[in-house]
Amino acid sequence: MTSDGPIVEDDLQAYVDGRLTDARRAEVEAYLAHNADVRERVELDIRQRNALRGQLEAKFAEPVPPRLWLATIRAARRGTMIWRLKAVAASLLIFTVGAGAGWFAAHRETLAPPATAGVAQNASAAYRTYVVEVAHPVEVAATQEAHLLQWLSRRLGKPLAAPDLTPFGYKLMGGRLLPGNDSAAAQLMYDDASGKRLTLYVRAAQGGETAFRFNRDGDAATFAWIDQGFGFAVTAPVTREELLPIAEAVYRKFN
Amino acid sequence: MADPGPLIEPHIPALRRYAFALLRDRDRADDLVQDTLERALSRWLLRRADGDVRAWLFTILRNLHVSRWRSDRRRGSAVELDEATVGVAARQEAALEVHDVLAALDQLPEEQKSLLLLVGVEDFSYDDAARILGMPIGTVMSRLSRARQRLRSLVETGRVTLLRRVK
Repeated sequence: MTSDGPIVEDDLQAYVDGRLTDARRAEVEAYLAHNADVRERVELDIRQRNALRGQLEAKFAEPVPPRLWLATIRAARRGTMIWRLKAVAASLLIFTVGAGAGWFAAHRETLAPPATAGVAQNASAAYRTYVVEVAHPVEVAATQEAHLLQWLSRRLGKPLAAPDLTPFGYKLMGGRLLPGNDSAAAQLMYDDASGKRLTLYVRAAQGGETAFRFNRDGDAATFAWIDQGFGFAVTAPVTREELLPIAEAVYRKFN
Repeated sequence: MADPGPLIEPHIPALRRYAFALLRDRDRADDLVQDTLERALSRWLLRRADGDVRAWLFTILRNLHVSRWRSDRRRGSAVELDEATVGVAARQEAALEVHDVLAALDQLPEEQKSLLLLVGVEDFSYDDAARILGMPIGTVMSRLSRARQRLRSLVETGRVTLLRRVK
């Protein structure tokens, strides 16, 4: 389009959009000077392009109405999530009347932000404790994966799957059950060819936010987030940039 | 994770402009933008981290528009839409000519309309416009040429209003 050669239709389109190099534009202009029909046509295209821009200019300049402010949209989303959590709580109440009252008491603070921080903290503490373990890094090994996941899912109250992290070079070693805040927590451990270990930590958590929170504790980096009443944390001795795609893959797996 | 707000917010006026040009109805356009922003916030972590946020937002909006338009057609509410725009077109009959490009644009298939808006108004590169519209990059220029040709013939012959009435 910017090289020499005869003027073609693509050149005319790019001329209308003002996207030619100076040299090519000069060539197109020379061509148009000798081809009145084409020039007329191209000039009409330019007028229409400008007219369209002009007609829409006012729309662009308008102040954004409050309902399209991100703050408004975020608040509405949070409202929906809390509502969903409450609906879940309500349905649980039917089955576990005794525990129901406590659930509401615990979830009144849903909007308090640092729930992710708690998950990240628990996760990196568990990471520190168990990644250095040589003899018994996991309670149940990956050879019994089905049993492991079934067991952890039951104790966690959430169907737990082991995300496939082989695209990132990590293979499942196994997992263990840990004490969470009020309930159980699960830790899945992975390692790569060099023996580097990565853990995925999951436990029930308050809050409806899904933003990733990054945390570094010594050489262990953690991304933690809350999703649908559970806190997730991915921890490994890698950089933030290396960990992010892994955390995103895990998020996708559970979302 | 960085707050997506500062990356999304600057594009809202342009998203409103594109939505309005597609729908030519203030409230429905803003509904479309609202849905786009909701989706963008909920999918923020899933986007390609190195991708262009503006192109990503326009892709979401356009996909929502196309899928909604299809389901509207299934439900048969497109009739209502046509009736709504007849009034506008009739009023503009007197001031037709070149200035009524926005109305003329309504006569084009959605893909041509979007292409003209993304390239001509939103200043997307030809490649980005192709990606947003899911068309092979090599075909953008010829499609653009066809869209402009069609628009020219509509405006030149002043058939905008006529076509709208017949439809």
